[in-house]
Amino acid sequence: MNARGTPGLRRALALLVGDPSADRAVPPTGFTARLTVFTAGAMAFLAVFAIAFSLATGRLADRWSSELARTATLRISAPADQADAQVGRALTVLEQTPGVATARALDDDEERALLEPWFGPDLPLDTLPIPQLIEITETAEGYDATGLRARLQAEVPGAVLDDHTRWRVPLVAAAERLRTLGWVALLLIGAATAAMITLAAQSALSANAQVIRVMRLVGARDTYIAGAFVRRFTLRSGLGAAIGTALGLVAVAALPDGSDASGFLTGLGFRGAGWLVPLLIPPLAAVTAFFATRAAALRTLRSQA
Amino acid sequence: MIELSDVAYSYGGAQLFTNLTLALTPGSFQFLTGPSGAGKTTLLKLCYGDLRATAGRVSLFGQDAATMSRDDVAMARRRIGVVHQDCQFLDHLPVAENIALPLQVSQRAAEADGNLDELMAWVGLSGQAQQRPPELSGGERQRAALARAVITSPDVIIADEPTGNVDWEMSQRLLTLLVELNRMGKTVLIATHDMNLIRAAKSQVSAHVLRLKDGRLQAGVAL
Repeated sequence: MNARGTPGLRRALALLVGDPSADRAVPPTGFTARLTVFTAGAMAFLAVFAIAFSLATGRLADRWSSELARTATLRISAPADQADAQVGRALTVLEQTPGVATARALDDDEERALLEPWFGPDLPLDTLPIPQLIEITETAEGYDATGLRARLQAEVPGAVLDDHTRWRVPLVAAAERLRTLGWVALLLIGAATAAMITLAAQSALSANAQVIRVMRLVGARDTYIAGAFVRRFTLRSGLGAAIGTALGLVAVAALPDGSDASGFLTGLGFRGAGWLVPLLIPPLAAVTAFFATRAAALRTLRSQA
Repeated sequence: MIELSDVAYSYGGAQLFTNLTLALTPGSFQFLTGPSGAGKTTLLKLCYGDLRATAGRVSLFGQDAATMSRDDVAMARRRIGVVHQDCQFLDHLPVAENIALPLQVSQRAAEADGNLDELMAWVGLSGQAQQRPPELSGGERQRAALARAVITSPDVIIADEPTGNVDWEMSQRLLTLLVELNRMGKTVLIATHDMNLIRAAKSQVSAHVLRLKDGRLQAGVAL
């Protein structure tokens, strides 16, 4: 840290830490103190879930986007006596198509696994007109879908190429919209926290008009008087947010495990470094309280001048 | 130090006084008398920047009060010790902390270490340091208010009826303290109804008496 940076940092810290003796000038206010701690705690609890929601939807969008973008499915519906021949021709066409990395026909067990959620186990595939599926993986450059469709139409009449675009794009868009909603919810939580702390601070300032009068009488500047309230509300908000965040993290940890086989809701949680993100909530709540209280205090002091 | 030139003040549409001129010169000792409701407290508030004149010019240590910011007024207040009739304490703090409050707000708390005990002994409140203001008697509260007013060693001391709630003996003790401060070079302005107090002061110090009546300030009032 350079020589110029040190005093600047010290000033910033002094601004946040405030003057503990100024805090003593304001009498204890039990109700507003409890209200502030509770509000900050409740909002931090909700914020943990908003963050978990945003991160989970983000992961979902990324997964859908990356996993589905490079794959396609070829569905072959053909009479039983032509099925194997059409699959063989389709695989040949795919092997010859630039941009196709791999092409593999799913066996009966794999197809049965795909249908199991709807029809249950032991599905007699032999007796049902189930189309044969071929899983296609693209190279980084990708293939010409239009050209491939035209060639397949000519050589494999029962083949239908599904490159997932039709349902991947809206799914990813929906997941990204959900992620955005999560961040918007987080912003609203922050704004609501600021509003509630502002109201609590204004209430405390109004209740302490006599204290303000005395402090002015003895030469206190507005910033000093405001500091007495700001420090108190900042610390209370930080404390409340720390408690709310801890409870929120415990609640998220207690959610069902989000394994790959689970659905979206069970995947609502944090992964790896994601667990560190909610730790930003208490300092952010304290900073929010600092500026909200300071603005409210200076505004009130101006109006009382 | 503090000058009022052709000052007028109106409140709620009523003119309290007009063309009022007053100068608090360094080291002076002045009494302000007048009937109740004449505007003595208002005049004192103009002198320490708690009110703004509706006309004329109020100068606080060379600055025009009309153009001073709230921070400027706060800085000027640090040079003025004010003793209110109702004292105005922070009731949740001990007496010692109330007296040290002016040092606290001007970031000079370290100065309280040596001076506070001495000052409390000077006003006879050594035994009440940890009591809360509501636990003090009227005289003790007035002495505590005086101690708070002088702890920063201000240039000017303004007292509004400082002996209003105390007996004669206590008012003499308070007067002695104010005279002593004046001898130390402090400028003193006291608003009072108490003519006996003024007489007692004039026997100890060269005090001027001003009378505020019917919106006019008269100097050289005969007792």
